Amino acid sequence: MTRLTYREAVRGALRQILASDPRAFLLGEDVGKYGGAYAVSKGLLAELGPAKVRDTPLCESTFVGAGIGAAIGGARPIVEVMTVNFSLLALDQIVNNAATLRHMSGGQVAVPLVVRMATGAGRQLAAQHSHSLENWYAHVPGVKVVAPATPQDARDLLLAAYADPNPVFVFEHVLSYPLEGEVDETSGAAPLGRAIVRRAGTQLTIVAWGGSLPKALAAAEALAAEGVDAAVIDLRTLRPLDLEAIGASVRATRRLLVVDEGWKTGSLAGEIVAQVVETVFFDLDAPPARVCSREVPIPYAAHLEAAALPSVERIVAAGRGVVRG
Amino acid sequence: MTAPTAPDLGLFQVLRDDGSTDPATDPFLPQDTLLRMYRELRRVRLLEVRMVALQRQGRVGFYGTCTGQEATPIGVGFAADPGDWVFPALRESAIMLVRGFPLDRYIAQVFGNELDVLKGRQMPSHMSARQVNQVSWSSCIGPQIPQAVGAAWAAKMRRRSMVAIGFMGDGATSQPDFHNAMNFAGVFKVPCVLVCQNNHWSISVPTSRQTSSATLAIKARAYGLPGVRVDGNDLLAVYRATADAAARARDGGGPTFLECVTYRIGAHSTSDDPTRYRSEAEVEEWKKRDPLDRFRRYLVHQGLVDDAHDAQLDAEIGDEISAAIAAVEGRANPPRDSIFDDVYARPPWHLEEQRRELLAGPPAPSHG
Repeated sequence: MTRLTYREAVRGALRQILASDPRAFLLGEDVGKYGGAYAVSKGLLAELGPAKVRDTPLCESTFVGAGIGAAIGGARPIVEVMTVNFSLLALDQIVNNAATLRHMSGGQVAVPLVVRMATGAGRQLAAQHSHSLENWYAHVPGVKVVAPATPQDARDLLLAAYADPNPVFVFEHVLSYPLEGEVDETSGAAPLGRAIVRRAGTQLTIVAWGGSLPKALAAAEALAAEGVDAAVIDLRTLRPLDLEAIGASVRATRRLLVVDEGWKTGSLAGEIVAQVVETVFFDLDAPPARVCSREVPIPYAAHLEAAALPSVERIVAAGRGVVRG
Repeated sequence: MTAPTAPDLGLFQVLRDDGSTDPATDPFLPQDTLLRMYRELRRVRLLEVRMVALQRQGRVGFYGTCTGQEATPIGVGFAADPGDWVFPALRESAIMLVRGFPLDRYIAQVFGNELDVLKGRQMPSHMSARQVNQVSWSSCIGPQIPQAVGAAWAAKMRRRSMVAIGFMGDGATSQPDFHNAMNFAGVFKVPCVLVCQNNHWSISVPTSRQTSSATLAIKARAYGLPGVRVDGNDLLAVYRATADAAARARDGGGPTFLECVTYRIGAHSTSDDPTRYRSEAEVEEWKKRDPLDRFRRYLVHQGLVDDAHDAQLDAEIGDEISAAIAAVEGRANPPRDSIFDDVYARPPWHLEEQRRELLAGPPAPSHG
């Protein structure tokens, strides 16, 4: 085990993939000398050379589209998009093309593409850098979506995304990059589509992922001090959803709270609540609750930004509400 | 004596109106190749008449013809190597036939039944098949262009001799994907040929409303690519320009942009009525430059075809098409739960659940 930051863990997985598979290359804007907007690929250009780490012209739709073409053409591209906000410029390539080509071709054409991007708020970068739009991608048949929350998962889920024959979108929360943890650098890929229980508990199931997991765990600690024993499930994969794991926990705790940094209306949290209500309604002792971002463009000023986002305090209050009524 | 016109402002031609060719540009193809090209031209022309008739009779859902534009798909199809990849737009499905895709399977795609390699999932005139390295066209205009560039990029990285050929119409040159892909192609010097079929109409909008550039080919200058304006109704010109561009790409010389100047004689698709936005006189003017007639004039001049030859050829092609339609029409539809296959390499749990729900429900009414 090695103590690594989340950023270093992603870089380690990238290094391993790029060095071991001759078909693999990393592409995107500023991924070369600059090392990526969040310094994830720092040093990889010098280490692995320009054939493996390729700066492209500044155009999201085209480096994603070229990635799709390269994947069809037998390469294994890993695309870095600076943030999910900018990925909207590539939405046609992703939703109309990467996601559909296998199906529309009758299974003849695969698009084994990995697209990594930063998501989320908390760094005072205002609306156009700070939104959480993972649910947009998690809505689309044909793609898989992962949101690693820990350094170990940052490594293992990227390896899994790369090994998967489908287009996989990896969401890295901007506040996760400096997180430290013990990482087994010899580990293999984590299974896609499997959530994990990060904290056992008997009275409440809190579902979270990515950048919300540390908040959910802190809230569970605070709730424990109040005598509320909350379980925390880290979703890890947002599409396909691991309803089985969520359902099993909710059947045991009889209560559900979902934390989602996306906006509440039309959120992934809403989907999780709907699926739980559809499948384990009669095991519930209380209406499920959600803590999401306020439905506003995320603002710049620190106190305004904090007001818009899920916080430990809001999660604690919501958890208390679900358990105590 | 006038200065030679730049390739992106002039018009690259081989066929002359009197049935001869320009010896400076003639690719001097063997007679059997010329006759095979001619057969493909006539086959596509006749096939599309039949496909539109099927649509009008309600036997298939949709069709978009390439009538009047056949020289480009056929010229490119003959110029491409078998290992090259084609990223088509709407009017290049016929390249698949030229490259050996079976006619009955092609027609099966129009019916969308069990013989369709696309399993009834993609609309007609968006044909594709791995067998002939042709990728599905995107109905959104433009995204296939960066994909073609990406596929070419992969070939370059993997040191494969493959060339990617990406198509678009004149309307697509207004899309960001066109400019971005041209830019990428130039920056990375990838082995691709980007072909714009300028057929003068993007549904109802004329090319003059897409650009104020002197030509479309000239746009290549901005991206550091050679651009060539080609007579798109001249089969041998399209063949020669594509073969030259592909050879240069294969030799490491990078991408080329071809503007093939042509005209959409028919409607945009079976959903369109072009009399609402363009004059019949304009269509008649272009019919005088019909690519089939022009190529035929050359073959007659060469003594390779005559009326009797054509009558026999058309009868043969007619029988081939009728036999293919008969073999395809009436075949079973793909099983309804096959919609869940190929969304992913392996269906996740929620698709298996939805499959069970579908199969437990009442059967859907059959289409058609």
